Amino acid sequence: MQVSMKLEIRDTPGQLVAALMPISDVGGNIKTVIHEHDFSSDKGSLGVEVVIEIPKERLSALLNLFKERGITVIRFGEERMHYQQSVILIGHLIHTNLGDTVDRIDKTGFAEVTKMSLAMPAIQERSSAKCTIKALSREHMDKAIEILRDVSKQKEILMIEPLEF
Amino acid sequence: MVFRIALIGTGAVGRGILEAMSRKELGLVLTGVADSRSGMISPEGISPSSLLERKKKTGLCGETGISADDVVKKAPYDVLVEVSPTDASTGEPATGYIRTALSRKCHVVTSNKGPVALHYHELKQEADKAGVLFRFEATVAGAIPILHTLHESLGGNEVRALYGVLNGTCNYILTRMAEEGLSYKQALDEARALGYAEADPTYDVKGIDAAIKLVILANTVWNRRISLDDIDITGIDLLTEEAIRLAEEQDATIRLIGEIIPEKNLFRLSPRIIPRHHPLVVHGSLNAIILRTDLAGDLVFSGKGAGSLETASAVLGDILSIRDRYAGGN
Ligand SMILES: NC(=O)c1ccc[n+]([C@@H]2O[C@H](COP(=O)([O-])OP(=O)(O)OC[C@H]3O[C@@H](n4cnc5c(N)ncnc54)[C@H](OP(=O)(O)O)[C@@H]3O)[C@@H](O)[C@H]2O)c1
Repeated sequence: MQVSMKLEIRDTPGQLVAALMPISDVGGNIKTVIHEHDFSSDKGSLGVEVVIEIPKERLSALLNLFKERGITVIRFGEERMHYQQSVILIGHLIHTNLGDTVDRIDKTGFAEVTKMSLAMPAIQERSSAKCTIKALSREHMDKAIEILRDVSKQKEILMIEPLEF
Repeated sequence: MVFRIALIGTGAVGRGILEAMSRKELGLVLTGVADSRSGMISPEGISPSSLLERKKKTGLCGETGISADDVVKKAPYDVLVEVSPTDASTGEPATGYIRTALSRKCHVVTSNKGPVALHYHELKQEADKAGVLFRFEATVAGAIPILHTLHESLGGNEVRALYGVLNGTCNYILTRMAEEGLSYKQALDEARALGYAEADPTYDVKGIDAAIKLVILANTVWNRRISLDDIDITGIDLLTEEAIRLAEEQDATIRLIGEIIPEKNLFRLSPRIIPRHHPLVVHGSLNAIILRTDLAGDLVFSGKGAGSLETASAVLGDILSIRDRYAGGN
């Protein structure tokens, strides 16, 4: 099964490796690691988001190992949407209701916009945004992209898609 | 054995051909030549080097009383080499020249996209009927021998997908935006100043030039009968520098990619987010192509998509392969 969790580790050298070690020790596979540097750094700790592939029956062994080694699991959940793609939108994104554009994806239930970075040079100029989309499966991702393609056409937004091989 | 060619057009490509002919012993004899205002016919052969000099000095390749039409109709040649300007909407006057040559049972080699994109099937039929060859390697990706590869070398393969960077001007602009942080307009102005872009760059930046190459590939490799209207075209003229920065955040960049997936009937040209170290991310005015095949696996090509000698290389390859297959003409 695919599981995503957020771990809290001490902000000292070697801690990240120490936190990831138990995962391979129990036979899990690390899919992604996102390091959050700004996470409560005043407390001297770091947040690390990991997505792993692990046989269901080994999960409790993993959680025990984490506990033994003083690694706190802040959040833990089965990852439903593990297909991820980013697209870039260019146009009058705010005037054309960016919220609604995002909503069209979110309300499908099979895909959601999980991240958005917006670059707006000046009010009357076109802005550019990168949207990270997650979806349940490759087919759902294709559908989500298709919806966004249609919305972009209606709103005269230029959508730049990734080249997928 | 002498192999005779008549050359229509002495611009960048025509000059490249003449230069190569004067530098190397290719075994070709030039029996006719024409530009927009003059022409010359000489069964004994015209010296490529003195022709280049004359054209440079006078702006004319021959006499004003002789037209391109006259050369095509009357000069004795085995291959008509048609390298006059591309007219993407009519294909003329090049298509007329080509038809005349075929009706005279002469082979034709061209770098002109118009006739191939608009009239490939009819011209191929006329060539077949006349028992001669019609070749156009230089129309797609300049020096890269992509058509020969697709038409001949990969004969036993099913080519499942083609992805390509097919316009050097757009690739130059996108490279400069990414590497130097230029705005679209700054990069375009620079491309113009360096001669990579025309005074009117519409044809390139709106994606029309690259899309025409997709039409040529679709019709000649996959036997379709499509036109420019069947290609889903998005150019690069509305790209922002911010979009490139956003792509860079994920170690990617943006390139204008032509895509053909025959099984899905997908023919598309659009700017795409692509990993920065992907083989299609070539720099400056280069072109690149990836083929995905069932037997040969993935194949990657890159090289000069334009340029005088580079394009001449593709034209000469066509001429010489025809010579090696056939002897004589009319
Ligand atoms: N340049 C490249 O790198 C490249 C690459 C691939 C394909 N191509 C294609 O190759 C062809 C030639 O390109 P180019 O760059 O050499 O073009 P160019 O520099 O503009 O030269 C065109 C030549 O054709 C002559 N011409 C114009 N109208 C004519 C007519 N009605 N009849 C006969 N000749 C005529 C011109 O005569 P004047 O000399 O009297 O003006 C000139 O000599 C075009 O179709 C182009 O799309 C070019």
